[in-house]
Amino acid sequence: MHTRKKEKRENLEEHHKKYIMANKEWPLWEVFIRSKQGLSHKHVGSLRASDEVMAIENARDVYTRRSEGISIWVIESSNVFASSPDNADSLYDPANSKVYRHPTFYDVPDGIEHM
Amino acid sequence: MKKEQDISELERKFQEKIDQDIKIEPKDWMPDNYRKTLIRQISQHAHSEVVGMLPEGNWITRAPNLRRKAVLLAKVQDEAGHGLYLYSATETLGADREDCIDDLHSGKAKYSSIFNYPTLTWADMGAVGWLVDGAAIMNQVPLCRCSYGPYARAMVKVCKEESFHQRQGYEIMMALAAGSVEQKEMAQDALNRFWWPSLMMFGPPDEDSKHTKQSMDWRIKRHSNDELRQMMVDITVPQAEAIGLTIPDADLKWNEEKGGYDYGEIDWDEFWNVVKGNGPCNKDRIDTRRKAKENGAWVREAANAHAEKRKARKLRRAS
Ligand SMILES: [Fe+2]
Ligand SMILES: [Fe+2]
Repeated sequence: MHTRKKEKRENLEEHHKKYIMANKEWPLWEVFIRSKQGLSHKHVGSLRASDEVMAIENARDVYTRRSEGISIWVIESSNVFASSPDNADSLYDPANSKVYRHPTFYDVPDGIEHM
Repeated sequence: MKKEQDISELERKFQEKIDQDIKIEPKDWMPDNYRKTLIRQISQHAHSEVVGMLPEGNWITRAPNLRRKAVLLAKVQDEAGHGLYLYSATETLGADREDCIDDLHSGKAKYSSIFNYPTLTWADMGAVGWLVDGAAIMNQVPLCRCSYGPYARAMVKVCKEESFHQRQGYEIMMALAAGSVEQKEMAQDALNRFWWPSLMMFGPPDEDSKHTKQSMDWRIKRHSNDELRQMMVDITVPQAEAIGLTIPDADLKWNEEKGGYDYGEIDWDEFWNVVKGNGPCNKDRIDTRRKAKENGAWVREAANAHAEKRKARKLRRAS
């Protein structure tokens, strides 16, 4: 009697776990592709995959069907931290007043070359 | 009160950006309705790509030769990719991919009605590539300049891939039209069946299109439904003539004054009837998609279990 109850509970747990496993959504991954040697990886989009191995396999099928890339990075989207667009002004504005960071700020007399 | 003012200020700035053709990116502030409109449109677009694989998938095993089979397979695979780029774009707006898919299965979300027509003969693969992908390209090219960054970028990639889709379809039609009497008849019959539904792909006439004005102001849409339809007719008629096929429209006539073709009345009752779910294949398409999800449950389950096992193994090794 006791064992039958236990068996039933175990069966139920097993069933429950199966249900969760079948319905748990695969995490979202951001995909970055290096299009050729000498260029950096560039963000191309995202996809769903159960782990990084599947993410790379899927990225190959989804984003490089026409030899768009020679190297793929995938990063779980939840690991991407972004600056807030609301702070964009205060974050990037100070750069505008520092024109002396650009070479055109400086006077170089005519005739001076290679500078 | 303050809050309302803030929102109208944000909306003003938002519209200013749009008017200057500055793209909106995922984390930027946007009006709720802009977000909702995009989620509805992009997910509908994604569903169309996915459901659109079914009428063509139907012919992969029966393609007349290996070249045609490889081409059709590559095209259908592209459509799966298009669906994925688009679901990916909806997720940047905070939508959930699986929820979107469930909305398709429950009938809450729509997809392009063209895919509710059956593909009865091999010539239909020609008509679909030529006309249906042709109409899709006509719709998608202006979307490459849409105000929402991720959607616009997805469209650039999609449009690059679409151009071979239309060509391979036209090539099929051309080969059949130059073939035996039966083959030419088959091509003409496919054109007869797909011509009007293809024109309906651009949506209801402008005076009945409830979303157009706002979408134009937001630069999600750049041309009205009727403008796009006219462009489609004007470029397709000479293509049909070139291979000796006849557009099934007795009222079709070149109009010198407008520099385009006048064409016959579209049966909008048929259009709305198919949209409402009464087309020849509506039920079949959704049943197939639903079954695909159900039959894939064990794969999702196994992949999740495998991923967890790997993670646990990694942790054990690290400790
Ligand atoms: Fe497509
Ligand atoms: Fe296509």
